Amino acid sequence: MIYNQLLKSATLFVDIMDIHSEENGKVTVIELFGELDSITAPQAQDHILSLVKQDSRILLDMSQVSYMSSAGLRILLVLYREIQNKVGKIVVCGLNDEVRDVMAITGFLDFFHTVDNREDGLKQLMAS
Amino acid sequence: MHTRIDSQPTHQHNNLKMRVGRPLPFGATVMGNGVNFSIFSRHATSCTLVLYEKGHLNPFEEIPFPPEFRVGNVFTMMVFGLNIERIEYGFRLDGPYIPHAGHRFDASKILLDPYARSISGRAIWGEAPDPDNLYQHRAQIVPDDYDWEGDTPPNIPVQDLVIYEMHVRGFTKHHTSNVKYPGTFAAIREKIPYLKELGVNCIELMPIFEFDEFEYSGINPITGERLLNYWGYSTIGFFAPKAGYAATGGLGMEGDELKTLIKELHRNGIEVILDVVFNHTGEGNEMGPTISFRGIDNKTYYMLTPDGRYLNFSGTGNTMNCNNPVVRSMVVDCLRYWVADYHIDGFRFDLASILGRDQNGYPLSNPPLLEALAHDPILANCKLIAEAWDAGGLYQVGSFPAYGRWAEWNGKYRDVTRRFLKGDTGLVWEMAERLQGSPDLYGDRGATASINFITCHDGFTLYDLYTYNEKHNYANGEGNRDGANDNYSWNCGYEGETKDPNINMLRRRLIKNAITTLMMSRGIPMILMGDEMGHTKYGNNNTFCHDNDLNWLNWNNLNKNADIFEFFKQCIHFRHKHKVLRSHEHFYHQDRGESGYPDISWHGTRAWFADWGDYVLTLAFLLDGSHVDDDMIYFAMNMHWEDHIFEIPALPSEMLWHVFVNTSANAWQHIHPPGQEPVLDNQQFINIGARSVVVLVGR
Repeated sequence: MIYNQLLKSATLFVDIMDIHSEENGKVTVIELFGELDSITAPQAQDHILSLVKQDSRILLDMSQVSYMSSAGLRILLVLYREIQNKVGKIVVCGLNDEVRDVMAITGFLDFFHTVDNREDGLKQLMAS
Repeated sequence: MHTRIDSQPTHQHNNLKMRVGRPLPFGATVMGNGVNFSIFSRHATSCTLVLYEKGHLNPFEEIPFPPEFRVGNVFTMMVFGLNIERIEYGFRLDGPYIPHAGHRFDASKILLDPYARSISGRAIWGEAPDPDNLYQHRAQIVPDDYDWEGDTPPNIPVQDLVIYEMHVRGFTKHHTSNVKYPGTFAAIREKIPYLKELGVNCIELMPIFEFDEFEYSGINPITGERLLNYWGYSTIGFFAPKAGYAATGGLGMEGDELKTLIKELHRNGIEVILDVVFNHTGEGNEMGPTISFRGIDNKTYYMLTPDGRYLNFSGTGNTMNCNNPVVRSMVVDCLRYWVADYHIDGFRFDLASILGRDQNGYPLSNPPLLEALAHDPILANCKLIAEAWDAGGLYQVGSFPAYGRWAEWNGKYRDVTRRFLKGDTGLVWEMAERLQGSPDLYGDRGATASINFITCHDGFTLYDLYTYNEKHNYANGEGNRDGANDNYSWNCGYEGETKDPNINMLRRRLIKNAITTLMMSRGIPMILMGDEMGHTKYGNNNTFCHDNDLNWLNWNNLNKNADIFEFFKQCIHFRHKHKVLRSHEHFYHQDRGESGYPDISWHGTRAWFADWGDYVLTLAFLLDGSHVDDDMIYFAMNMHWEDHIFEIPALPSEMLWHVFVNTSANAWQHIHPPGQEPVLDNQQFINIGARSVVVLVGR
């Protein structure tokens, strides 16, 4: 089951979340590092939302995210709604299997267009 | 936005800051930067909030409610700075321990919040509990911000429902289910295409409120394996979905997983009814564990004798005091919560007659709880279904207080249909009543007051109904004494599995007779999960305790019994296609379509002459669908052990009879796809073989 591995990681309580962002043409690439949970989520949310402008093309790179709690998933949804309100687009890349499964089962994945890697994401957003 | 005054703490306890909370809503609710805790107890003298870091054996903080934080009989406190994802909470309540006066307070116990919306402790099904953990079932705080994306309940007219009774785990736990997370809500979502193919438009989930599968500690005397409370008719928390049914239960995301399932079911036109158990709790009798209600306010939550013992109308040790105003409010709050937050479409109430008893156990003529539910604004579009009896001897099939809303599991439909289908005599008149929506029981309430079923989780599966004469419950560990003795089943000449082709052919025919009869009956049909693929429980008619193949569907049976599945599917689709089969109204017995035919007419082996004699085993009806722009439908039952030639009523000259079902034909001609039925060769007479049914369509 999904929870075995994720729970193990959740109980470490590392509380590390780093966010890198860069502009790549008209695309804003946001890369998250670490664990996105109720401790790290509020700050992460403020940071990420500050990067969303009108018509933003956002590529969210999750390849370095090892754990997403319920609060973390909710931030992604807030981000999606914010981008939608600003007539932008978002593509998510680099989801590991466990995070993808949790997102799929709990319905969060339905909101997002996902690709395997950053290159594919950039291509799609550049073309949009 | 300016900062609200009530977002500022006024009190401090060690490192935590608090202020007086809001008495409503009960439970733990995130409000701004605080969590509002609120719990009722009329008889407690004090209350303490107990906080744990998730998974830790000992609490990291205990905060007594200051006296000024008590509003009436409610303890309420707002606590600031809590990380809701990482804590679990409970309460200690102190007060008198005087069992003969009904009080059983014990401040050494940590108690589960009755309004807990997520409960840990059994989040991974079957994972053995830690005996050192003094607080086994722990309340968790969950956000209530699910994005439903505009989901609205399908609101399927009740007469159009085809209900599929399902156990969440049993549906996909078997390795043949070919799903990613077997036995979970997520797995049901994977099987939605299957449900659509079958044609059901409503699933009724056996209990999904949090329960303790380890509550039952029997041993299977045949295999030595530990038995569990598998069915879950023993609630621990009424507001929390069973975390062990979720692939994400260990992450506390069972609510999101279940909501996602419901949203997807709704998108596919399938409603969700919950089987809810308010008649008792999982705390048992005087010897049972103190988990929640017993320690919070025993005298309020349970029906007690004058000397403080538990009344037992449920057969499980205790009885919820549902017509106490506080308990009644909790039930209403609970159902409103499931409708508003989970978009549930209806409820089936286990042993619902208990909900109509007063606080001393006597039946009420106008039970306030049942009336409140019937008139509740939030439950206005819900289907409300009663199991209209209880273990205390109250049997209300046909007389359950309905307030124009309630439907009933029609136990008389089940029993009469089973008996007539196996060839019992003296029933032809009553069989006719059951086929037309039981107007003798529900004359004023309409045909949709009747939930028609032949099998359900209690008792034999449809396959076993024609494979066993007697129950075979030894594996339950109770010496075969448990389970119903009146099964009205017939083994077709051999008890159990056999290679005799004639017996197996007969069994299949009887299964097909049964589903045909159910789908031809006015009322709301309900089928038991697995009957459509010939699931067997090997004659066990009370499998409440088995977490194994007895209850897990073997999906290979879809191949083994492909003819049964195809038959079920076509019968269900036929019902959806023909409006004349589905109506809230009872038949008028008049020519409603000005076609020269009454809406229903009864026939026997002679057209227009039904034989109502005691010895009779043949019966037929003709439905005229002209008043609803539908076809004519003729349904004939020959439950005699010999063939009979039936005279078919003549159609208007421009119409011909077509054969939809003939279970006495060769197996590959038992049924034809609706709309593609072949024309009947002889339009005047049809030979119906022994123990067979026929459905003809006139168009």
